[in-house]
Amino acid sequence: MKIKETATIVSQSRISAGIYDMVLSAPGISGEAAPGQFVNVYLNDKSRLLPRPISLCGIDADRQTIRLVYRVSGAGTGEMAQMCAGEKLEILGPLGNGFPLEEAAGKRVFLVGGGIGVPPLLETARVLYESAALDEEQSDVIADEQRVSEKSDGVNAKTRTTEVVSVIGYRSDCFLKAEFDRYGDTIIATEDGSTGTRGNVMDAIRADGRKPDVIFACGPLPMLRALKTWAEEEQIPCWVSMEERMACGIGACLACVCRTREIDGHSQVKNTRVCKDGPVFNAAELDL
Amino acid sequence: MGAKNRLGVNIAGVELKNPVMTASGTFGSGEEYSEFVDLNRLGAVVTKGVANVPWPGNPTPRVAEVYGGMLNAIGLQNPGVEVFCRRDLPFLKKYDTKIIVNVCGHSIEEYTEVVERLADEPVDMLEINISCPNVREGGIAFGTVPSVAEKITRACRNVAKQPIIMKLSPNVTDIGEMARAVEAGGADAVSLINTLTGMKIDVNRRKFVLANRTGGMSGPAVKPIALRMVYEAAHAVHLPVIGMGGIATAEDALEFILAGATAVSVGTANFSNPRATLDVAEGIDRYLEENGIDSVQDLIGAVEE
Repeated sequence: MKIKETATIVSQSRISAGIYDMVLSAPGISGEAAPGQFVNVYLNDKSRLLPRPISLCGIDADRQTIRLVYRVSGAGTGEMAQMCAGEKLEILGPLGNGFPLEEAAGKRVFLVGGGIGVPPLLETARVLYESAALDEEQSDVIADEQRVSEKSDGVNAKTRTTEVVSVIGYRSDCFLKAEFDRYGDTIIATEDGSTGTRGNVMDAIRADGRKPDVIFACGPLPMLRALKTWAEEEQIPCWVSMEERMACGIGACLACVCRTREIDGHSQVKNTRVCKDGPVFNAAELDL
Repeated sequence: MGAKNRLGVNIAGVELKNPVMTASGTFGSGEEYSEFVDLNRLGAVVTKGVANVPWPGNPTPRVAEVYGGMLNAIGLQNPGVEVFCRRDLPFLKKYDTKIIVNVCGHSIEEYTEVVERLADEPVDMLEINISCPNVREGGIAFGTVPSVAEKITRACRNVAKQPIIMKLSPNVTDIGEMARAVEAGGADAVSLINTLTGMKIDVNRRKFVLANRTGGMSGPAVKPIALRMVYEAAHAVHLPVIGMGGIATAEDALEFILAGATAVSVGTANFSNPRATLDVAEGIDRYLEENGIDSVQDLIGAVEE
């Protein structure tokens, strides 16, 4: 269910050049949202009509907050960056479809992010890591019970747990990296080579040598294209989160479309709606 | 609302429960907004443009924000009239509101094909879009030359079973002349304004912001122009006028009604406030209550001359 609510800013800080970290009290949306979804932020300066679609970097249903990590790229996000704790913003969400977490269960998942595509992967990493930890506890309990009841000779068919590997690319400053480190291995690429592999995320993936069972990605189009090509060569299922200029954010105006290989369900023309049918798509279905 | 519905209006014989409708292209076929808006409470839903076959629309970026408004160059992406009839009309029929289908085409034949296809469908009115600035053929080409506008109006009128509303372009020298041309062609109503052709350039990249280079401008910044044109059109013809262009509040809507509009459409405001249509309708009702006015019809064209 989509909820429009007046959210109160709990905190805001600048975490890198032009990158801001805003936590909002949003009791409705925080209870509904999932990793990879986004919210529409309606600005208070009404000369700026269009909502800003911003992905969720964190969702805390217990504290009833959501976290937005965004880049100042114009007057609208500039207005947001000037705001302080206690001020209010109208928001609508959760919007779109998030990452298909069930596809990663019990597998090695690469979360591949570039630039301002990194933030939505943090919540994805957290949820995958915590559900994997939970699965591990439960499977240990089951294994113990089996040992007691069957007095088995130690053959333990313990199910494999989800392994989260975050592959993140930056220009230079690795914002959010420390938080990704909590949820699994982190592979870093920087354009200037200051951290990790010099180059982009594809360079870092090659340098690391590991291969994933499944990929979730968010970042600039050239990165997604390269990743899609690689995933197809390696026959790895790959989901990508797309970005496009939006207006309504709910699938009505058809501003934010991306090309699909097959006829799309809504308009039947190989142009699917990023806001409503995405932003996360199976890369195999897109014509990037 | 009292026993007599003071918000009711009549357009070409069609009774609307209130004068507030959606502006084509901003509201899809209603489904997406039905989470926020009780469609039963709208005077009418005006659908996004429907062509004879699916249209892919323009490349992206398709939208850009400008001061107090926005530009769009969607290019009338739509699934075509068959899917529309099979999927969207049954959805809309579940609601107690009037259905107005916006019709687009590249040629007179394409327009009339859609109009004929809709003749026996549960549609209350047709809005013929001769004013979209974002398609190369058809669209605005039909809406800027009076003789062509008259011809296409007549062609649609000849095959339509529902009243036809001709949607006029503001990108003309004399809106009154265009309104008279479609009246001569047999239009049952006119709606205006469609968007004003505009442009935006990114100075850092030195590129057009829209892939289509130009786009249609809408939003609060165009309202004074729209209002002037609605006033002129209302004085040029004896047809009901549906006014639109930057309406975001009840006060905006009342300006258009006082200028001569029988009904109004809310468009771009849906993007900044998904409930905008209902806010406008409720605000008009409140205005009538506070001013002791029995019917919104008493306000149509009632600005003091």
